[in-house]
Amino acid sequence: MTRAPELSDALKTLETVKLDRRAFLALGTAGAGSLLLHPGSARAADKIKTTARIVIAGAGAAGLSAASHLAQQLDGAKITLIDARKEHFYQPGFTLVAAGIKPQEYTVSSTAEYVPAGVELVTERIAEFDPEGNKVVTESGKAFAYDYLIVATGMKLDYAAIDGMDVEQIGKNGLGSIYHSPAGASATWQALSAFADKGGVGVFLRPATEMKCAGAPLKYTFITDDHLRRRGNRGKAEIIYNAHNKAFFSVPIVSEKVRMLFKDRGIKTQMDRVLKSIDLGKRIATFSTPEGTTELPYDFINIIPPMAAPDSVMNSPLPWKTGGWVAEGWLEVNKGTLRHARFPNVFGVGDIAGVPKGKTAASVKWQVPVAVDHLVADIAGKTSDSIYNGYTSCPLITRLGQAMLVEFDYENNLTPSFPGLIAPLEELWISWVMKTMALKPTYISMLRGRA
Amino acid sequence: MKDLDPLIFFAVFQEMLGPLLWILLVLVIGGTAAFLILLIKEKGIVAKRLVRAELVGLAGGVLALVLMAKVSSSGFTDAGGPADWFLIALVFGLGLIGTAILVYAAAGWKTLLSGQKS
Repeated sequence: MTRAPELSDALKTLETVKLDRRAFLALGTAGAGSLLLHPGSARAADKIKTTARIVIAGAGAAGLSAASHLAQQLDGAKITLIDARKEHFYQPGFTLVAAGIKPQEYTVSSTAEYVPAGVELVTERIAEFDPEGNKVVTESGKAFAYDYLIVATGMKLDYAAIDGMDVEQIGKNGLGSIYHSPAGASATWQALSAFADKGGVGVFLRPATEMKCAGAPLKYTFITDDHLRRRGNRGKAEIIYNAHNKAFFSVPIVSEKVRMLFKDRGIKTQMDRVLKSIDLGKRIATFSTPEGTTELPYDFINIIPPMAAPDSVMNSPLPWKTGGWVAEGWLEVNKGTLRHARFPNVFGVGDIAGVPKGKTAASVKWQVPVAVDHLVADIAGKTSDSIYNGYTSCPLITRLGQAMLVEFDYENNLTPSFPGLIAPLEELWISWVMKTMALKPTYISMLRGRA
Repeated sequence: MKDLDPLIFFAVFQEMLGPLLWILLVLVIGGTAAFLILLIKEKGIVAKRLVRAELVGLAGGVLALVLMAKVSSSGFTDAGGPADWFLIALVFGLGLIGTAILVYAAAGWKTLLSGQKS
């Protein structure tokens, strides 16, 4: 019996996707994987000629990656990247900085070095999105009209939502917050190191909002446990992890594994606790619980603030109008195509996208080519059948020197890239090696549209 | 995936290894060439020299593991499963073979050159 050609093609596509992902992850182990990374730069002849004006709002991982992909595929398009910040932060490295593994500089570079040729970078903050008028307006009042808009603004860390919180105090008096900035991550390491010398009560938590890298709060709890053990002070310390709901991770099988690991490491857990306020002087954190509020004194705390869309997006017509994300302001996009539900010439990628799961660099890696494929198809007058299935990954550090390479999709399926070789729920050195050695070079290649 | 662009190969690896990449490349290419030319010149393998080179290679394997541990801010003592032992064996093996070839070639050329002089 011969296989239908459609089925054969579909299988071929699946095979390619799998190989591609494997190549993306294979870097750190054998290194040879990077040979496969290059998708083949479109030769000038293959490029689509157009005069379309494309505005990319935000020049972080998603914005830069989108700019690179567009520049590779289009000839003559006017592509404008708008972002006020000149520094680029390699955010997946913040945990390593706060763990004392890498210096602060490891995470900092400049946006300009990744902007592809032919793309204009405007270093201003966007004040207003006007999707009805097809333009964005910057703080200086300059309007940028567009035919297509890619929203990649990232998100806002809402420290102000925690009563009593002062980001200036990070690093002092047992206050840590790895998400704040490279300097914040470094200051957090100082605070953690001081705690690991003395012991006491370490308090860990996550916000009740959507958040970037939902594995990071767990990683940092495990890292703290390991530093205490290495200094012989684990017996003098109590570690408490406060989950915002009844799970540790949105993927049930991973959540269950984390529960077992926490038990193994003697980490206490409390469910349904959301940080409401903090007294930095007295070192008391106040959490809301289903029964009311409860106070928790601490010697070290890692604050992860609520996260939401930046004000310019929040106050625009772009966010979800119904459902659970209205208050947080995430962009109302189709979760498979990343195209806006109401404005078809608008796409949302990266942290700002209102899709389930994954606000990570790995999500960006797989979202951007899909969104760009649809945008380019529009320009070429074709249709694209590219679909993003929610794939994302999290090298979940469980101690210094080991991690679990957790990969999953929208449906909570585990999607291991190396089945049979790297078990997703096994604490492995090889996964740690990938995190520390391979991820950053791969990430940089992604910014340049080469991975 | 269709095209192999050496520039990107280097970009990614340079990011990962820094200046070490160049040193390693010079060693690998130069060492292999020296070894092959030596084989042709001597018309075969000198068994005694090979055994000695392999002994030094053992140290090279250990060195490769130490280097790997340093770069990854961890150690092979962190191994947690079969994939880790496979990686350790791979790194050790590459270190051993690489060092053995280099030492064999260096020793061979030293003999050859000093032999020519005398």
